[in-house]
Amino acid sequence: MNFILPIEEITEDDRFRVGGKGFALAVMARKGLQVPPALAVTTEAYREYVQSTKLGEKILIELHRKAFEDMRWEEIWDTALRIRNLFLQTPIPEEIRNPIALLLQSFFSGHPVAVRSSAPGEDAAQTSFAGLHESYIQVRGAESILEHIRLVWASLWSDRALLYRQELGLDVEKSTMAVVVQKMILGERSGVVFGRSPMDASQAVIEAVHGLNQGLVDGTIEPDRWTLDRKTGEILTHHAPKRERAMVFSSGRVRLEPLPPERQAEAPLKSNEIGDVYRLAMSAEEIFKSPQDVEWTYRGDALFALQSRPITTGASAGPEDPRRWYLSLTRSFENLKGLRTKIERELVPSMVEEAVRLSQRECSLLSDSQLADEIEYRLEVYQHWEDLYKEYFIPFAHGMRLFGKVYNDVVQPADPFAFLDLLTGREMESVKRNRMLEDLAAWIRRDPGLRETLQKGKMEEWDPAFRESLERFFRQYGALSWEGSRIDPEADAFARFLLALASREPKQRPPVEKDRSIREAEFLSHFEGEERRFATELLDLGRASYRWRDDDNIFMGKIKGQMVLALDEGKRRLQARGMAAEDIEASELIKALKDPCATLPRIPEAKKRSAPETLKIRGRQIVGQPAGPGIAVGKARVVHGRSDLFSFQPGEILVCDAIDPNMTFAVPLAAGIVERRGGMLIHGAIIAREYGLPCVTGVPEATNFIKTGDLVTVDGFLGIVTIGSPTFPGEDSPA
Amino acid sequence: MKEKNRIKEILQELFSSQKLGVLATQGEGNPYGNLVAIAATDDLNRILFATLRSTRKFHNILVNKRVAMVIDNRSNRALDFRKAVAVTATGVAEEVSSSERDALQKVYLAKHPSLKEFVTAPTCALMQIDVERYYVVYRFQNVMEWDVKS
Repeated sequence: MNFILPIEEITEDDRFRVGGKGFALAVMARKGLQVPPALAVTTEAYREYVQSTKLGEKILIELHRKAFEDMRWEEIWDTALRIRNLFLQTPIPEEIRNPIALLLQSFFSGHPVAVRSSAPGEDAAQTSFAGLHESYIQVRGAESILEHIRLVWASLWSDRALLYRQELGLDVEKSTMAVVVQKMILGERSGVVFGRSPMDASQAVIEAVHGLNQGLVDGTIEPDRWTLDRKTGEILTHHAPKRERAMVFSSGRVRLEPLPPERQAEAPLKSNEIGDVYRLAMSAEEIFKSPQDVEWTYRGDALFALQSRPITTGASAGPEDPRRWYLSLTRSFENLKGLRTKIERELVPSMVEEAVRLSQRECSLLSDSQLADEIEYRLEVYQHWEDLYKEYFIPFAHGMRLFGKVYNDVVQPADPFAFLDLLTGREMESVKRNRMLEDLAAWIRRDPGLRETLQKGKMEEWDPAFRESLERFFRQYGALSWEGSRIDPEADAFARFLLALASREPKQRPPVEKDRSIREAEFLSHFEGEERRFATELLDLGRASYRWRDDDNIFMGKIKGQMVLALDEGKRRLQARGMAAEDIEASELIKALKDPCATLPRIPEAKKRSAPETLKIRGRQIVGQPAGPGIAVGKARVVHGRSDLFSFQPGEILVCDAIDPNMTFAVPLAAGIVERRGGMLIHGAIIAREYGLPCVTGVPEATNFIKTGDLVTVDGFLGIVTIGSPTFPGEDSPA
Repeated sequence: MKEKNRIKEILQELFSSQKLGVLATQGEGNPYGNLVAIAATDDLNRILFATLRSTRKFHNILVNKRVAMVIDNRSNRALDFRKAVAVTATGVAEEVSSSERDALQKVYLAKHPSLKEFVTAPTCALMQIDVERYYVVYRFQNVMEWDVKS
């Protein structure tokens, strides 16, 4: 078996085993184009590695815990991280690594390299989904190169690749990966050239940035863009952006740095160079017999082709394909830092202001038609924030993922989600809110008289100081809204909930604090000097990302609460006119408020569908994702609406479709959490970790299979939920 | 409830593809297992198998009718973790009644035509498991239960 080949030795027969990128580089080198010296690690090395270590079988199990169609993007990301960790935990056997290491050493002798994925298979199919696999730059020394080869192998199963598994024909038994190890050319000006514009077949396009290509690829830096006549190379247009920053390699990593003023004024390419880049694309097209997309870089006056691939038109993922959006969620460190500034300095303060501003307009004082306008306005405001939420807050959640990846790379822990323990503990809004609730509960515990008045439901007899605290709670957290309903401070249900909370001693928080500082020190010990500063910053970013993942919903809840307040007031008025307005659409509500003569049709009773059950089939054991270690046995409380939350009894298992931080006030009572929506980094999992509760997420049809009162075992180690007792019918349950 | 709908399909597919199942019986406190040729009725309420009356399993069933049977489609490859389905049926085993013998024998032989001589021998009993419950295990750890009787 041949595990590694210099690209000059690659022939037509090696096409598959060196992958598309490796083969294209070999052909370009042979035809006299300037490419960096490189070696190709063949697909045989990957195959032998996964077979001899039995890694292939482990990947199979990870990939098929659940049907892919039942998995959300978050779960796919988690799966990819688990698989990546399997690679990190599996050393390359001597017989594979020795021949590779030997050639790496003699070929590069300590010079830094780029380690790039080179997936085999149909070139066109691969290039339609470019960027699905990993590449690393500026890697030095055989040992480190081998580690990065392993990471590139792991990226065969990246979240992005898994999203496109069908198009790629991803298959554990067949799929494989080659790796190109290229002498590092630290480009001063870089870019891509499309021999044929995807927009206009008569044109070619060049995009160029100062510094390295990384900024261009992930959209952090806007490039200079030229369109050229495809036939003559004549420049047709030039778009010059504000050139402020560049991706450069300094002090051990790629970073975004301000561009010196003299270079800001300069386009990355001089006009003769534009011609050279254009001719590079045309030469590549002649070699490969189809228009090419060539990645290039200039070092001094030397132009290097870094890779070339055919341009495919009409990739199968259309703009409506949600996968594009998922892919756009993966952000670079620099990009995330930008998001954080935007969120913390701009968005959240104005969100808070917005909620306060809305609350100052007292709905009950408005006329019907003013109220209709107010409802319309609040709906718009809410929609506006929903859009911003999607644009900034959701992508920012990637911060903890990025931290997790770096943490796993350097620490290589057995548990791929151990990094979460480093992120927890900064007090989250939902935890603060729950502590206020606990304080109210403690008050009830201390004061039997108060408990009695609560039990009797006689609000007028409540201790005024207790009432004052309760009101303070509601002022602080606004109208806690969930599913369009608010927690009404005067509701009996809420009093019952507080009584339940008061009926047990609150659990001590798990002692994560000490553990965390040890882990933090361990993580940071892997970095030195300038690198250490980066690691500290990344940890801080990860923590912010983790915290905002939960807190942002609380802030959104405040705005939503104001919207719901207005809607409720509108409904109340229609009901006062004798209309059935309970389930009315907002648009109908607005119309009816504006028209004093409006009538509403009665809402048909049988709106909720209940499919007739023909077969008596029960879930006994359902596999989800292990999201909080530990085991819990208890009665299920299936939460469909807020009344279920208020009925929550201590020691029950919270079973729900999707936890929202505005629901998590019941979590301190729960013994475990089961959630249909999947992921390690979703609210249910995060709050479970905060309270040290066993948690399984991504349980398909959890709320269908589990009924309130069912005995449920939550195995948070393995991600398995067992329903019912282990005895046969008629047998006694074990004590 | 797509998962529920999937279960009956999984069972039908399994019974049409598999010829053999492992029968578990218990005599007087001694569990015992045998590989037997099986066929299921269309409604999946009954699983048929044949045995000589002189066998230990037949004797066990006379002593204790309650049995379990495992039917699976494993291929003995790593892929099983993804693809294999294993079903445990529990219920009551007995020889089929004489009034139903012809009809059920037809069902059994349609699946196992080569066993005609065996099944029709006077020493051979055609047995049925009246299934009370199926436990369906798929994708490694997912388990569903189907109460056939209710």
